[in-house]
Amino acid sequence: MGPIKFAATVTRYALRGSLAYWAWIGFLLLLVAWGVGAYLDQFREGLVVTNMRDQVSWAFYIGNFTFLVGVAAAAVVLVIPAYVYQWKPIKEVAILGEILAVSAIVMCLLFVVVDMGRPDRFWHLIPGVGHMNFPRSMLAWDVLVLNVYLVLNLVIVTYLLYCGVQGRSYNASIVVPLIMFSIPAAVGIHTVTAFVYAGLPGRPYWNASILAPRFLCSAFCSGPAIMLILFQILQRTTKIAIKDDAIWKVAELMAYAMFLNLFLLGAELFKEYYSNTEHLVHFQYLFAGIAHHRALVPYAWTFVICGVLAFLLFLIPATRRNVITLNIGCLLIYASVYIEKGMGLVMPAFTPDTLGEIYEYTPTMHEFRIGAGIFSVGFLVFTLLCKVAVPILTGEFAARRASGTGAAAGG
Amino acid sequence: MPVDDSSRDAGRDETGSDPVGLSRRQFLTAVGVAAAGVLAGCSPETREAFLQKYFRELSPEELELRAARLRTAVHARFGKDVQMSTLAAQPGVSFAYALDLSRCIGCRRCVYACVKENNQSRHPQIQWIRVLEMAKSKGIDFKDANPYYDPEKVPDPHHFYLPVACQHCRTPPCTKVCPVGATWTDPDGIVVIDYDWCIGCRCCMSACPYGARHFNWTTPHLDGAELNPDMHVLGNRPRPRGVVEKCTFCVHRARKGRYPACVEICPVGARKFGNLIDPEGELSIILREKRVFVLKAELNTEPRFYYFYGI
Repeated sequence: MGPIKFAATVTRYALRGSLAYWAWIGFLLLLVAWGVGAYLDQFREGLVVTNMRDQVSWAFYIGNFTFLVGVAAAAVVLVIPAYVYQWKPIKEVAILGEILAVSAIVMCLLFVVVDMGRPDRFWHLIPGVGHMNFPRSMLAWDVLVLNVYLVLNLVIVTYLLYCGVQGRSYNASIVVPLIMFSIPAAVGIHTVTAFVYAGLPGRPYWNASILAPRFLCSAFCSGPAIMLILFQILQRTTKIAIKDDAIWKVAELMAYAMFLNLFLLGAELFKEYYSNTEHLVHFQYLFAGIAHHRALVPYAWTFVICGVLAFLLFLIPATRRNVITLNIGCLLIYASVYIEKGMGLVMPAFTPDTLGEIYEYTPTMHEFRIGAGIFSVGFLVFTLLCKVAVPILTGEFAARRASGTGAAAGG
Repeated sequence: MPVDDSSRDAGRDETGSDPVGLSRRQFLTAVGVAAAGVLAGCSPETREAFLQKYFRELSPEELELRAARLRTAVHARFGKDVQMSTLAAQPGVSFAYALDLSRCIGCRRCVYACVKENNQSRHPQIQWIRVLEMAKSKGIDFKDANPYYDPEKVPDPHHFYLPVACQHCRTPPCTKVCPVGATWTDPDGIVVIDYDWCIGCRCCMSACPYGARHFNWTTPHLDGAELNPDMHVLGNRPRPRGVVEKCTFCVHRARKGRYPACVEICPVGARKFGNLIDPEGELSIILREKRVFVLKAELNTEPRFYYFYGI
């Protein structure tokens, strides 16, 4: 089967769906169009349609970007036990983690592009054609590792699907090294993203060596939280067999990650509040507000409370095995990390700014629409890839192919 | 031209192609041809502006071509003939700046002179110098500084004034982080930006500890009548939308041996500028005779911008 025939087969599979499937796709496309409309305004007028200004020069877009890098990195949580330890229950769902990683990286790259003042000059980043400031610029590193990670996951997913479509089992000597490489690559993307922030001495809120470890811990909470919910949806809407054991194991791993995440946050809070230097002001803005500037305070306490509750729900075996408390825990973790690694990471660093001015930022409708559009693109990528992957995983595809063409379907 | 060859090739390939679809090579060729076609349809200026070379790799002839193109572009936008200097850093020059805090009265004349001299956007307003009002009882304390002070008259007896602009650090955190190398330190110590290379990621703004970098959130607007025609490619030429800008020590003046506009306008003589390598230069004398300090010395940025108390 050539690549064109493979693409055609896969496309045909993605386009065959129930009314509910098409309603979902249509809904996502509408949101994408809503976002594109807002982006056209931004492209015409400039980033002035956002509420970012010189005092707060990164905000909603970069916050979402950071959160999603974590989601993408968290694919390894599923990959490590599945492939390294040959642990059966997770193996069948590891590919879904990789599909999630691909979708998340696509969203990351889109959030970076919409944040650029001159997206028409993106090619200045390409070594050879442009001029990449490598290895000095951490952002150059970030662009590099994110793209490598995207290509890596795409190659793994495509190869596994290609084998699945052909009905033969994959070649372990190709897949295993690639997957082994994706583990440090996943740690790499989140570490490098943390270094973009941590390497800035003028922003004490970020300029902490604890930042990269905190990034990894929160990623190992948020990524799996999304996965667990998606697994349960797939359990109910498709024939894919995801064992409860796999879900519980992931939930247990998340409990450890959440503990570390809260512990590191506590360590940072102790250091800042007890030493009480001028750097404390950013944490004060986040948790208590400065004078009447209190926009982030409710969100800050929401992320702490959600984080603690989720940790308790996932720590206790009975509640992580109960379908209701498990899902509540997932939502709490998602909310907690989305606030913490999104606006909670970006806004306090700029408030007050380096010269002490307080500009209180809230996103505009344009930013919200563009963000919603990008999330919809991510969901779209995930849905389409799953639409193809799930029947291949369940063997449905091979069976249909065997009955349809009479060809022998192995694997 | 290789572009023309590939376009003929693509034409042949397409007619003889398999009805199932384009191969990857054909597809890539078609994309390349389409891109080349779009560029071929543009004016030579647009093409040169889009497919430009990295500034620091331009030959002297290419640099002159660049300046000519920029001059034409300014003329098209403002209807005014301007000079577009390409003057590089002069040998034996290392610029530095000193500001006498005991003299500054917070009148902000430097702010407005800078805006006029450097063709900053009037709408929305962009100002490269920010004057902070600080309580005498607190000393230099950014947390309680007020950039929006508006008393009946300055100076207010309970406050002093601290003007801040680009500190032209010797180890600038901003140039290091730029992913495309669009900002760098020239040999005379001036930190410059190529507005045509900047991708607008604003990493440098996050990196700058002095709030010196400003972004063109929308198309900068100023009238042709207000335009200062004495320009430099890396200095005060009008900026496009979506790029970062900042103080250049008035590179178009400084490299010709003139004072920056803020030094000239200061009514109390608080601002000093000179060449550190000249032992009898103003800055050498100040560094010898006065006790100076720099802002946020703990960050090890080693600014070329010094502050001192002259009286």
